Amino acid sequence: MSIFINRDSRVIVQGITGRMAQFHTKEMLDYGTNVVGGVVPGKGGEKVFGVPVFNTVKEAVAATGANASLVFVPPPFAADSIMEAADGGIRYCVCITDGIPAQDMIRVKRYMLRYPREKRMVLTGPNCAGTITPGQALLGIMPGHIYLTGPVGIVGRSGTLGYEAAQQLKDLGIGVSTSVGIGGDPINGSSFRDILEEFENDPATEVVCMIGEIGGPQEAEAAEYIQNHMTKPVIAYIAGLTAPKGRTMGHAGAIISAFGESASEKVEILTAAGVTVAENPSVIGETIARVLKKRAA
Amino acid sequence: MDIHEYQAKEILKSFGVTVPEGALAYSPEQAAYRAREMGGNRWVVKAQVHAGGRGKAGGVKLCNDDHEILDACSNMFGMKLVTHQTGPEGKGVYRVYVEAATPFDREIYLGFVLDRTSQRIMIVASAEGGMEIEEISATRPDSIVRQTVEPAVGLRDFQAREIAFALGIPPDLTQQMVRTLQGCYRAFTDLDATMVEINPLVITADKRIMALDAKMTFDGNALFRHPQVSELRDKSQEDPREARAADRGLAYIGLSGNIGCIVNGAGLAMATMDTIKLAGGEPANFLDIGGGATPERVAKAFRLVTSDKNVQAVLVNIFAGINRCDWVAEGVVQALKMEPVDVPVIVRLAGTNVEEGQKILAKSGLPIIRANSLMEAATRAVTAWKNDTAQNTKLRAAK
Repeated sequence: MSIFINRDSRVIVQGITGRMAQFHTKEMLDYGTNVVGGVVPGKGGEKVFGVPVFNTVKEAVAATGANASLVFVPPPFAADSIMEAADGGIRYCVCITDGIPAQDMIRVKRYMLRYPREKRMVLTGPNCAGTITPGQALLGIMPGHIYLTGPVGIVGRSGTLGYEAAQQLKDLGIGVSTSVGIGGDPINGSSFRDILEEFENDPATEVVCMIGEIGGPQEAEAAEYIQNHMTKPVIAYIAGLTAPKGRTMGHAGAIISAFGESASEKVEILTAAGVTVAENPSVIGETIARVLKKRAA
Repeated sequence: MDIHEYQAKEILKSFGVTVPEGALAYSPEQAAYRAREMGGNRWVVKAQVHAGGRGKAGGVKLCNDDHEILDACSNMFGMKLVTHQTGPEGKGVYRVYVEAATPFDREIYLGFVLDRTSQRIMIVASAEGGMEIEEISATRPDSIVRQTVEPAVGLRDFQAREIAFALGIPPDLTQQMVRTLQGCYRAFTDLDATMVEINPLVITADKRIMALDAKMTFDGNALFRHPQVSELRDKSQEDPREARAADRGLAYIGLSGNIGCIVNGAGLAMATMDTIKLAGGEPANFLDIGGGATPERVAKAFRLVTSDKNVQAVLVNIFAGINRCDWVAEGVVQALKMEPVDVPVIVRLAGTNVEEGQKILAKSGLPIIRANSLMEAATRAVTAWKNDTAQNTKLRAAK
């Protein structure tokens, strides 16, 4: 088992003809992901690495039975593409695009609520590295080979910091059930809480590694969920202890603007909720190993 | 992106918000002339800087005649205004705004923000105007009124009326208040703002609702569709290094420490800064060079980081995933040959082909200090900086 994607996922890439999108489509295919199509308006009928391109998401879904999508569309058009996926019957969408206007994302979130829960698309991102279920499917831009298969669910805002965790786990011979990037933007498709709930219900996941950072309320929301609803152990790392208040640290959402949004406050809230917090990023892997061992004992 | 008060007022005025009569000046003489032109007998002279808390810092002066205006302006122009929002270096004053002084009965706080919990636009208001919102939340949290806006239909008049009544606005002014709120909301959405703050919004002695101050911040990601907003950028209000970095597509934030950082990815960059601190050092900057880490970008980053004269060691931390470590190592070596650096350089690579990467760094003949983990890199950076500083002190003493 896994969350969101597995070897049966039928994936389309929106914006597949772009240079970066082509590069990563190739990587995904090489990983074994079932990429069944691409969508680029006006380029229907073309092929990219043998993958057929369609003009609209609806056409792609009708022809291929696609149920997952990767949005690789430039910022001005990305919100529209996500809505097209939601309307076209896609069930799980990852948006990689960095730089989508915040108010576009507000509209996207509102638009997705048009659909009844059982037909509603799940979005993760934007501004994320994607989602991977090791050994089955890769929907994103991460290097697939740093993930072994195993019991650890990873959820994080940052791409490279998530890779850091996966690599440390690999070095210790520990694998990952699914790794999900929720992205660094202030308005995002899924929150930490949403993903933790998925991991809690996933039989393949034994422990969860949550990688947060300064800014926003989602780590605190997650703490509340962990305390009240989670049976599986959670290990966290929060970046930005040295980040000054009121400055945007690279990610549009990484800015301390309210009480409870600094790294030290988040660490305190998570610790109080029973989360094991890794003190520095070099020990994320060993902290998880320790928790796994304790669980096995 | 921040703009000046006078620019925010101009924008809000065009959306139907009432603001005092005012004029911009670039010199004390021009300010006095503008005041005369405007007429009246009391004016407020306000330093235009991208920061709040100007009043307490001496950036706002009430003046009764030409002399007072000239005096106030001569003090302001060219000064670095230090408020609680600017940091110790302050912000330069190059423009002042002269306004007709407006007698008022009541002050209200009004703010529009992107609320990350509801993921919608939220209006925050309080009958306790004039104070900072942080102070209001601490001392009078019960006075705060909030409304979130449903994006499909926008701000409804009934919501605006609810706010007006909750603030105790006299019934004959409800319509004016609704117009003010709707104007701010339209400005916020039409121009992709991330913040509109009017503090204070006042009820004037002659019963008008008027914005005495105004602050707007815009979504940098949406500037592509608002060229008229982009033009309001004032580089004099930005840190020159940060502005230069931004122009080159690098996310850089200067800090007060002395260990420079070059990292790919925002989260990893923050984690690197934190680890330096844990190892007993202080980071000199935040810098995310993006996923790719090409030699050109690394070279640019070295130039940028070492242009900070406080930097006494540089820590490079790159996670190479799709771009392999050997390729990144070549880039670092090339960058250091293009851009020789005279402080210790510590390089930590992780990810694909680490061993090959390390070999390339070792064989380069450059005095690069290598590390395996981030903690090790940070510890080595702190040690290298301390040794280097000690050595330099000895050298200076010997001279």
